[in-house]
Amino acid sequence: MDKRELHHVLKILPEVCIGCSNCMRVCPTHALRISNGKAILYPNRCIDCGECYRVCPVNAIIVEQDDFNIIFEYKRRVALIPAVLLGQFSEDVTTDDIHTVLIQLGFTDVFEVENSADFVGEYINKYLADPDKPKPVISSFCPAIVRLIQVKYPALVDNIMLLKPPLDLSAMYYKKMLMEQGVGEEDIGIFYVTPCAAKIAAVKSPVGEDKSEISGVINMDFIYNKVLKVYKNRDKEYEALNRETACNPKNLMWSLTNGEANFVKAKCLAIDSLDNAMEFLDKVENQEIGDVDFLEIRACDESCAGGVLTTGNRFLTVQRLKSFFNDEKANFDDDKANISICNKYRDYLVGRISVEPIAPRGIDKLDDDMTKAMKKMERINRIMCYLPGIDCGSCGAPTCQTLAEDIVHGRAAISHCIFLQKTMEQIPMLNPSHSFRIMEKIWGKERFQKDCSKAKTYRIRR
Amino acid sequence: MQLEYSIEGGDFSHAGFASSQVKRVLKQLNVDPKLIKRVVVCLYEAEVNVVAHAYSGIIHVLINTNEIVMKLVDKGPGIPDISLAMQKGYSTASDKVREMGFGAGMGLPNIQHNADDFKISSNVGEGTNLEITIKL
Repeated sequence: MDKRELHHVLKILPEVCIGCSNCMRVCPTHALRISNGKAILYPNRCIDCGECYRVCPVNAIIVEQDDFNIIFEYKRRVALIPAVLLGQFSEDVTTDDIHTVLIQLGFTDVFEVENSADFVGEYINKYLADPDKPKPVISSFCPAIVRLIQVKYPALVDNIMLLKPPLDLSAMYYKKMLMEQGVGEEDIGIFYVTPCAAKIAAVKSPVGEDKSEISGVINMDFIYNKVLKVYKNRDKEYEALNRETACNPKNLMWSLTNGEANFVKAKCLAIDSLDNAMEFLDKVENQEIGDVDFLEIRACDESCAGGVLTTGNRFLTVQRLKSFFNDEKANFDDDKANISICNKYRDYLVGRISVEPIAPRGIDKLDDDMTKAMKKMERINRIMCYLPGIDCGSCGAPTCQTLAEDIVHGRAAISHCIFLQKTMEQIPMLNPSHSFRIMEKIWGKERFQKDCSKAKTYRIRR
Repeated sequence: MQLEYSIEGGDFSHAGFASSQVKRVLKQLNVDPKLIKRVVVCLYEAEVNVVAHAYSGIIHVLINTNEIVMKLVDKGPGIPDISLAMQKGYSTASDKVREMGFGAGMGLPNIQHNADDFKISSNVGEGTNLEITIKL
């Protein structure tokens, strides 16, 4: 088991949280509960997917990011930008504009994450050719999926591809290039503009490697606002800088659905969104899927275009990137397109492309000791006989099954169930004022008071 | 702990239900994922066999801290020659079943390969009994 403490980048601000339970209902690993009128997180269950962040109506869930000013601790400040950043803007904002704004903000260099995608693609094919690797090989690209497999599908950790994603390779490439130009390693700061929370978690507590190549992370919505501000306020003197190098266009689609699969020569499937991922991983775990060599799985619908920190509509982002891809392809030198820029440091990068085996950290076990686990399971099954089975969430747990598990683990009581409260009041085993206090304890006193602001707070979900 | 599931012959769309439920239970009981994998392979293959060949069947799964025993009792045509059925690649599955991706003749040999103990008996015209044991 991984002994390092897990770093979660999603934080709940209790002073802002109104305990509406939207987050609890969408969490794919049942990591959230409501207690005292606030959402609480069970850290060992969280996979940093950010689904809770998406649905919070009052922005009580935040994604931690580094203070922007830490970039100035380095002499060379490299912004690593993913292609989906470009897809956030309408077509009149060009890559040159984004580049210009990033330089104005204080970066010295701008480099596209996807620059190493073809190189990684080549090594995925080599990896798949190894008969000793358990099939289907599951891509390690999406950190939320890697974490999902660790906690929910521990039997499949050996199927996770032990290769670093383009983000790490591009960071290593750029660092190496600067060092060859005589820049000291300690002077190089590499900052990733991230479309999602899971990528931040992957940088802050990487799985399968000791330390990430990335010095810091900047949320995409922050850069989005900065770019638009500069762009909208540009005056006559504004002149966009020219990009010195352009990313190979065939690499640009990597983070979209099928982006990786398109590089893979073996039999592969591309799956996006957590529901689809879980449905399919369940089948893989049941040994129902034969005959597939590679699975590209991403947690967000439309892959990184649907990242929780993106601002643009994911379908528009995909469309913009596709049309950008077509324009770039026409301008890009064919000879150049077939050679990865990573070739320059091939040996250096290949020596660093692998990650260590990934440890399972299953969350479904009821107890380490099997005899105790069996006793607990029997108790859960008995409790389930009495619970209504409608998963209403009034107890502060997302499903009847999770309430039963919480009861057995001593984290909840059977009287938290509103149906059982009614039954107990009938017998009478429970005093109505006591049952009222129980509900107040779960949902907070305010939830029981007249409040006309709900129509406003419960705005339409993003 | 005992679990029981029924299987209907020909219902391929629900084949795999029992193995998926048993998998869920074993995860909760903190059974080693590698053993769970073997249990799931055996049970899934055995389930599909009943769906493909028999009219109906019952699965009993017994779980204790030493072993997992899966008994499958079906009503069906039975197997006339068990040693033939145990050969890799031998199958009596119909074309229709093969079209659905089943019936490659790997089922029984695969179960035997993954099980610690494997018993099979069959009466032609009555049905087939399997007992698959995986030691913990």
